[in-house]
Amino acid sequence: MANDKVTLAHGAGGKVSQELMEQVILPAYGNPVLNTLHDGALVNMKGEVAFTTDSYVVQPLFFAGGNIGKLAVCGTVNDLSMTGAIPRYLSVGMIIEEGFPIKDLQTIVSTMKKMADEAGVVIATGDTKVVEKGKADGIFINTAGIGDKIPGTHISPENVKPGMKVILSGYIGDHAAAIMAGRHNINLPESVRTDCAPLNKMTKAMLEAAPDIAVMRDPTRGGVAAVLNEIAAASHCGILIDEDEIPIHPEVQGVCDMLGFDPLYLANEGKCVAFVPAESAEKVLKAMRTSPYGQEARVIGEVTAEAPGTVGLRTGIGGIRVVDMPLGNIVPRIC
Amino acid sequence: MTEVKEKLTKAEERAFAKELVQKIGELAATTGRKLRFMEVCGTHTVAIFRAGLRQILPDSVELVSGPGCPVCVTPDDYMDKAIAYAQRDDVIIATFGDMLKVPGSKSSLNEAKTNGADIRIVYSPMDSIQIAKDNPDKKVIFLAVGFETTAPTAAATVLAAEQQGITNLYMLSAQKLVPPVMEALLNDEEVHVDGFILPGHVSVVTGTGVYEPVIGKYHVPGVVTGFEPLQILRGLYRLVQQVVNGEAKVENEYTDVVKTEGNPVSMAITNKVYESCDTGWRGMGIVPLSGLKMKAEYARFDIEQVLPLEVETVTKKTACRCGEVLRGIVTPKECPLFAKACVPTHAIGPCMVSVEGVCAAWYKYGQGRFEYGK
Repeated sequence: MANDKVTLAHGAGGKVSQELMEQVILPAYGNPVLNTLHDGALVNMKGEVAFTTDSYVVQPLFFAGGNIGKLAVCGTVNDLSMTGAIPRYLSVGMIIEEGFPIKDLQTIVSTMKKMADEAGVVIATGDTKVVEKGKADGIFINTAGIGDKIPGTHISPENVKPGMKVILSGYIGDHAAAIMAGRHNINLPESVRTDCAPLNKMTKAMLEAAPDIAVMRDPTRGGVAAVLNEIAAASHCGILIDEDEIPIHPEVQGVCDMLGFDPLYLANEGKCVAFVPAESAEKVLKAMRTSPYGQEARVIGEVTAEAPGTVGLRTGIGGIRVVDMPLGNIVPRIC
Repeated sequence: MTEVKEKLTKAEERAFAKELVQKIGELAATTGRKLRFMEVCGTHTVAIFRAGLRQILPDSVELVSGPGCPVCVTPDDYMDKAIAYAQRDDVIIATFGDMLKVPGSKSSLNEAKTNGADIRIVYSPMDSIQIAKDNPDKKVIFLAVGFETTAPTAAATVLAAEQQGITNLYMLSAQKLVPPVMEALLNDEEVHVDGFILPGHVSVVTGTGVYEPVIGKYHVPGVVTGFEPLQILRGLYRLVQQVVNGEAKVENEYTDVVKTEGNPVSMAITNKVYESCDTGWRGMGIVPLSGLKMKAEYARFDIEQVLPLEVETVTKKTACRCGEVLRGIVTPKECPLFAKACVPTHAIGPCMVSVEGVCAAWYKYGQGRFEYGK
C-alpha cells in the first residue's frame, strides 16, 4: 500500500475505506478511545470545558521543520492552551484529493501522532473524505479540540490594564519565512524552519506561576501585530513595544527585506504573547524558560493609558511609529 | 563627527542617532528658517516612516515625499490601456502584484481579473518568459513599470526572449527616469525643496553622475543615502551642511554599493533596448525625456506598436489630491479623503494603493491619523 495513491474508493466508506483505516490511520493514532470506532467518542471531562476548531490548508504541505499534520495538531492544542485550558482530546477530519500519495499521508498522520503524544492529547475521533482530482489541493485537515479549563484562571482581553507587561516567548516570523521559502524556492539556511510546537505545557507552567495573567494569545495569521492590535482595541488601552526587544533571526529579516514583509505581521505557530501584571512578569518569564519553547522569552513592551486602541513601536533610533492592524492576506495559505 | 563602525550595538546606534539629530538641529537653526528636504524614492519613504525618523527630527527640518513610488506616478491612461489589453481573450497580463489595485479612469486590473481577465502576478519580469512558453497561443504582456532599477531587468527579459526565439512576449512600458522628474519639480513654482535625498537603489544602477547636471543647474544640494535610519540621518546632516555652506553638489553617503559610474553592465542592457522619451506622470503631466521607450529594433516586443489600442481616458474629478501629494505640495493629511473615504482597503488614489505610496505610508505608520508620542 505504501507506494499507492489515495482513490475515491478510500473515502467511500466500504471495504477499501476500511483498509485505509486499518493500514494507515489506526496504526498511527490507535488508542483505546479511538479504537472503539463508534460513531463518536465518549470521554470524561472535569468541569468547565474549552472547545475550539481550526482548518489547515497550508501550501506547501511539507516545509522546513514540519508538515500540515504538525500544524493541525499544534494549532488546535495552542488555541486551547491560550484560553487557559489543558488540551485533552482532538478530532481529526481529513479531506484528501484523489491521487494523493499514501506514503505522504502516512508521514502526515505519524507526525500528528508524534505531536499529539508530545502534547499529551488523545485523538479521539476522526473522519476521512476523498474528493476528485482538482477539487482539493493535496490534503486539507480540520482538527477540533476540547480541554479542561485550569481552575482559578481568567483569560480575557478586558483584563488588560495600563502598566501591564507584554511578554513574547521567542523569535518571530520563522514559520512564515519557512513557508515562503518553500513556496518561492528560496534557499535558506537550515536554521530557518517552522517554529510549530505544542505550547500547552509552557502555558500551564505560566498560569501555575501567575494565575493573574490577563491574556495569552498565539500570534498566528497576522502575526504579533494583529494580536497586539486586537488586544489594544478590546482593552481600550494603548500598547507600546520596543523594536530592539523583539527577537528576529537575521535570516528571517533577510527574507522579509527581500520580499517586502514586516516580521511583526508574519505568522508564528509556536509562540505566545502574554499580558501580565508587572509584579508577575519575572515569575512568568521564569516559568516560560523551563520550556524548550520559551527559552528566549522576554518583555517586549507595556500597556499604556495613552493612545487607547493603538499599538506603537519605539524604533531602534528612538522614534515612535504606529504598528497598524494587518490589512489582508500578508502571506496566503500559511496554515 | 563620530565615524560609523562596522557594526554598532543597538545602544550605540540610538546614541549616535541622538547625536546626529542634535547636530542637524543646531546646524539647521543657524539658517533661521525651516529646511525642506525631499526623498524621491518609495523605499526611502517607507524607511523614514518605519524608523520613526520624522518623530525625532527637530522642527527646523521637514521631510517631504516626492514622486518616488512607481505605481503612484503611473497615470490613468496607462492603467486604462493595461485594462483594455487584459480584457482581450488572446492576452495574458504579467505584472507585479501592487499594480492590480491601481485605479484607472474607469476600473482596475483587479476588477478585470474578477471579470475573467487572465492576469498573473510575477516577482520578476523573467517569470513572464515561462508564461509565454506555456501559452504559445496567447500574447503575454508584462507591465514594465518602474524606475532605472527595474528597466535593466525588463530589458534583459526582452533580450532573453529574443535569444530564445519567443514571439509572444511583449512589454507595455511605463519606465520612468529620476533626474528629469527632479528637474520638473524644480521648475514647478509650487514646489519648494532645499535639497534631495537621492535614491539609493536607482543610484546603484545609474551612479551619482546622472544627478550632476540638474543639481548644478538649479543649485540644489543632493545626497545619495542608504535605507538604514543612521544612513538617512547622515545624509540629512550633509544636506544641511551644504545649505549652510551655500553649496550644491552631489554627495554619496552610500559608498558601499553606489559608485560614481553606477553599474555599467545594467546601464548597457537598458540602453541596448530602450531610449528616452517624453512620458506622462500622475499629477505632473508630460515630463520631457523622463521615460523610456523601446528602440525601433525591438519594436516587435512593444505591444503598443504591435497591437495598438485606442483607449479613451476621461479622468473623473474626485477630491483626491494624489497629484499634489506626489509633488510634495500638500501632505496626505491635507487631502479631504485621506483616512476617511480613502484607506488602504478602499483606496481611491494610487498613493494609498502601493505599500510604497506616500499616503499608504502615512496611514500605516500613523502620521496624519494621530501624533503618537510627539
